[in-house]
Amino acid sequence: MTAVAAPAARTTPRRAQQPVIPPRRKISWGTANAITIAWTLFPIWWLIALSFKDPTTLTDGSFWPIKWSGANYAGIFHSSAFIRPLLNSIGIGLISTVISVILGTMAAYAIARLAFPGKTVLIGVSLMIAMFPAISLVNPLFNIERVIGLFNTWPGLIIPYLAFSLPLAIYTLSAFFREIPWDLEKAAKVDGASQRQIFTNVIAPLAAPGIATTSILVFMFCWNEFLFAISLTSTNAARTAPAAMGFFTGVSQFTFPIGSIAAAAVIITIPIVIFVMIFQRRIVAGLTSGAVKG
Amino acid sequence: MATISLEHVTKRYPDGTEAVRDLNLDIADGEFIVFVGPSGCGKSTALNMIAGLEDISDGELRIGGKVVNQLTPKDRDIAMVFQTYALYPHMTVRQNMAFPLKIARIPQEETDRRVMEAAELLELTEHLDRKPANLSGGQRQRVAMGRAIVRNPQAFLMDEPLSNLDAKLRGQMRTSIARLQQRLKVTTVYVTHDQTEAMTLGDRIMVLRLGQMQQVGSPQELYNWPANLFVAGFIGSPSMNFMPGQLADGMLKWPLGDVPLPAQRVQALRDEKAARDVIVGIRPEEFEDASLVETAKRDRGSVVNVKAEVLESMGSDVFAYFPVPKPEGAQMAELERVAEEVGSGDAPGSSSTFVARLDPATQAREGAPFDLWFDTQKLHLFDASTGKVLGR
Repeated sequence: MTAVAAPAARTTPRRAQQPVIPPRRKISWGTANAITIAWTLFPIWWLIALSFKDPTTLTDGSFWPIKWSGANYAGIFHSSAFIRPLLNSIGIGLISTVISVILGTMAAYAIARLAFPGKTVLIGVSLMIAMFPAISLVNPLFNIERVIGLFNTWPGLIIPYLAFSLPLAIYTLSAFFREIPWDLEKAAKVDGASQRQIFTNVIAPLAAPGIATTSILVFMFCWNEFLFAISLTSTNAARTAPAAMGFFTGVSQFTFPIGSIAAAAVIITIPIVIFVMIFQRRIVAGLTSGAVKG
Repeated sequence: MATISLEHVTKRYPDGTEAVRDLNLDIADGEFIVFVGPSGCGKSTALNMIAGLEDISDGELRIGGKVVNQLTPKDRDIAMVFQTYALYPHMTVRQNMAFPLKIARIPQEETDRRVMEAAELLELTEHLDRKPANLSGGQRQRVAMGRAIVRNPQAFLMDEPLSNLDAKLRGQMRTSIARLQQRLKVTTVYVTHDQTEAMTLGDRIMVLRLGQMQQVGSPQELYNWPANLFVAGFIGSPSMNFMPGQLADGMLKWPLGDVPLPAQRVQALRDEKAARDVIVGIRPEEFEDASLVETAKRDRGSVVNVKAEVLESMGSDVFAYFPVPKPEGAQMAELERVAEEVGSGDAPGSSSTFVARLDPATQAREGAPFDLWFDTQKLHLFDASTGKVLGR
């Protein structure tokens, strides 16, 4: 959960002096970093390599595709077995993220700024929900959704996703709101701004990095979610991409659909990468520096 | 520009603690008033109540003759400068200063004109397009001032605006705030814990302690006639020296010898039925090297032989620190309490060192005894149990 720790890191002075690192330390750190990066990137590369291999050379075990081919990609985009789930994933993910961040922003602002009865209970309960093992909810949810007709629909997934992502959003956002100095709000109040003007002119622009971070986290949660996606859907009407991949079939009964799965896995990684790249700059920018004595 | 008046203003928190108790004060139009006191004395709470950032539990607050208890800050037409400056970090200097005008929907041309005017006044014209993060502490402070000025408010409220600056800059900004206020003639309420700032800036000073007003008056009044032990210890630098003493037959017995008091004083003390036990206060300035005092003046005071432990030469003055034997079993509870609150490192009750401010021509040497003269007419006497001034 690096994003939760991010607000603390933002308070470090911008022009911190770079300590001089002795060359030997540089080498040892460099080596350690290289190993770690190789270790984490290897499976991803393996996946990419697999996805570009010609179906006949899939099992050759080579690190580099000997025969490059786009057949796997062509295959998954040819049938609706992947396109429809991909659209489901995007739709469900975006809707859940928007609702979750809007509600989370309001709740987090209240938690960070206002004293109201039951505040600690609210924080406790929301954290408890986030910690709740999802597997224990699958059966009851399955039955409930079947009875009320939400089974195998978009709302049928969006609602449970909200339940789990909202606490995450509230928790992350309240950490960001707490970072915004109280005095800014007081100053805006004395400057004549109404509560709404304070929020739109002062608080929201300053909380933008936090909102961006939270959006990414929530979107990733919804995007990656597998358990509910596979349990609460039965057709491609609402099945999301990760769940749909489990239903891929090979060309014949005896071929393993590993090439298609690899290609699909690469495809569903792309939105996350794009999302992170869009918001990265905002996350890193320490926007509150200079508000108060720095 | 307006008058501000506080009538029985009280701030009570839900748990019953009173941060400000029964404050009564009339601030004249264009006056520069300073609220001063140690941390936790309620001065910032009082200011926040004037600003409308905190509710008033009891009493009435009037700005320009109008009761504003229930008005939000935006309807009170006041501007405030915060200790942290509270600049909007995502806006440039220009946008920061224009913000209150933008909210008030002042036309763009008028806004530009007022921002330029304030920027010129505060020498910020070259920095208008920079963000607060790229400004120095002093510049940020000036931007905060600028944001307050552009509105032409009824009153300026300043909450320790200089305490985040280094000593030299603070001195400079202090004079520029004074100059600015004289020029704009806007009623100003200034909160500080620094008595030097209070003395140099204020037309009048209100000293607060534990949420209660101790004394209000001009800097000179507070210095010359402190109403109680607390004000006496708080105002003046170095702080006033305190030692217990006893009154008997127009004489004051205290560790610096038996001193006859002026007849007028004795009468006043008798009228007040002053207790026998008193706390005597004397400012470091009322001491002098006896060899440097003219005979005529000498008769007004008394001479005591002391041994200076430390001499600090400041160029214009010499500070002499000398030990004074502490009488045993003296009633000094109030004194100790005050010393703790005022935060004078040299707690008058526990340590027994006096400070004297001497002429640099003094021949006193560290460790060697010398004759020290002090002005007995300038002694301050306080009731040992209540801390109130006696014989005034």
